Amino acid sequence: MSRFRRSIFAAVITSLMAVPGWAQTTILNVSYDPTRELYREFSAAFTQYWQQQTGETINVRMSHGGSGSQARAVIDGLDADVVSLALEADINAIVEATGKIPADWRSQLPNNSAPYTSTIVFLVRAGNPKNIQDWDDLVRDDVQVITPNPKTSGGARWNLLAAWAWAEKKFGGDEEQVRNYVSALYRNVPVLDTGARGSTTTFVQRGIGDVLLAWENEAFLALEELGPDRFEIVTPSISILAEPPVALVEGNAEAKGTTEIARAYLEYLYTETGQTIAAKHYYRPFKPELVDPAALERFVEIELVTIDSFGGWAEAQPRFFGDGGIFDQIYQPAN
Amino acid sequence: MTVENMLVPSAAGTAAPNRYEATSETRGVRIVLIAIAVLFLALFLLLPLAAVFMEAFRGGIQAYFAAITEPDALAAIRLTLTVAAIAVPCNLIFGVAAAWAIAKFEFKGKSLLTTLIDLPFSVSPVISGLVYVLLFGAQGYFGPWLSAHGIQIAFAVPGIVLATIFVTFPFVARELIPLMQEQGTGDEEAALSLGANGWQTFLFVTLPNIKWALLYGVLLCNARAMGEFGAVAVISGKIRGLTNTMPLHVEILYNEYAFSAAFAVASLLALLALVTLAIKTFLEWRFADGIAAAGRSH
Repeated sequence: MSRFRRSIFAAVITSLMAVPGWAQTTILNVSYDPTRELYREFSAAFTQYWQQQTGETINVRMSHGGSGSQARAVIDGLDADVVSLALEADINAIVEATGKIPADWRSQLPNNSAPYTSTIVFLVRAGNPKNIQDWDDLVRDDVQVITPNPKTSGGARWNLLAAWAWAEKKFGGDEEQVRNYVSALYRNVPVLDTGARGSTTTFVQRGIGDVLLAWENEAFLALEELGPDRFEIVTPSISILAEPPVALVEGNAEAKGTTEIARAYLEYLYTETGQTIAAKHYYRPFKPELVDPAALERFVEIELVTIDSFGGWAEAQPRFFGDGGIFDQIYQPAN
Repeated sequence: MTVENMLVPSAAGTAAPNRYEATSETRGVRIVLIAIAVLFLALFLLLPLAAVFMEAFRGGIQAYFAAITEPDALAAIRLTLTVAAIAVPCNLIFGVAAAWAIAKFEFKGKSLLTTLIDLPFSVSPVISGLVYVLLFGAQGYFGPWLSAHGIQIAFAVPGIVLATIFVTFPFVARELIPLMQEQGTGDEEAALSLGANGWQTFLFVTLPNIKWALLYGVLLCNARAMGEFGAVAVISGKIRGLTNTMPLHVEILYNEYAFSAAFAVASLLALLALVTLAIKTFLEWRFADGIAAAGRSH
């Protein structure tokens, strides 16, 4: 018995000691939910690139979660070298609370620090049984719409703004009618999940709803993972250009001596390899000329409005999503 | 004489059946009641358990082993075992100390202490995690001092251990307090009057009396320590291969559409729980006499 116990003890101790990777230089990329597959491949490619360039073996660690809560974790001390989040506002929150990211971070990398963009599309069930073609179909009585809660989800805010942009054009800017339209849309939402992945699961796994308002990359991923025979993507006439930004957390990287690696990691996103990987994972690359045209065919041309037409996030966030803002005024939970 | 023995005459239909009946319900009613209980058990306990293992092996044995030997999964398993290996002994010591103080001594603030021990049960685990972020996070009370000294607690292993200790604190103490109160202080007083010192009294008198309850408390504490999700999710920072415990890893895999891998890791967690139960049952069976004696002597 005692020998048995000793051998168990030894096994436990050995397994605890065998923690790999302590000696290597490690950088941490704190990101949001839908980028898991993208950054898994990109980080591996960068690790290889860095070894070829410098001979140094490094380790890139990932942390994923809702964009807002990830920003909160970095503010509370999660030791990120780089952040790659869904919204500019989330990175600005880190700037304001910690000062670890310089205030002019958007100008440090090309395209306002957005190496790839995405947009909002519709995911419908195979054969499009409800014949959903554009935003006006979403307010029909027989259609149920799945979208997350804009109070908690970055993606959901883009959804609402895209709907708003379409309605503004349709009704010639008559805000009363635009409000009525968006209000009618949210009356067709049976479940408001807290995040984009939660909504995808509701639509795909639980089979609730007729149309999912989704990130284009999430919609493609759902097709790839769960079978193109079960769903199809519908591209609306107008959508919004989402620019998920990246930034170097200088305060953390300097303390760890990883500034050079972290900066190179972000710059590598703009290279041919980085852009190709982004396109492969269904993000629209900022520099499409670097990417094999065949990989770009699936991105349908859409008329895209930008956040600037809402006065930027600094204005849109409080107006639409602040307490007592437009979303609070129009949304009445279905009883 | 057990209940079943008492029922035998009535079931056989011998003399004066009604005098021995524990209940007066007819056979039909009893069958329905038993069927409901069995159905309930199957539906809410066995079915989910079976579903976990069925989903886990859906991709085949090879996919199962690939999922649980993948580096991030191994790191999660190792972290979960490490955290339990630290949290459980801590709570063993603190739990025994707290139960000993409450059951054997009278002092001011005793009921306050009892209430405090129950606090982790009544507070939502998310709050438990947030409290440690508030204390040790960069914006927290001790954050600036900690980062000035290069100590990382939140979003690292120490934070996960602290949150786990907090959440699992009541298990050992709660298991011991009623038993120790029931046993009273007679044995200890006798030992002391015979010349034993305090440590000897604890080691040779108190400890043998409580060992079974203690073991049970430790097993429960361990099961919860390995399974805790909410508190750990808040404070871990979810760094793959570094601060992801098994429950967090299961959630991540599920969100990545890796359903069978998620259930493979979940089945390991379920297996750990089953092993815990098996150990408890084995010990109860092996040392049945000892348990009965401990119960009888008081």
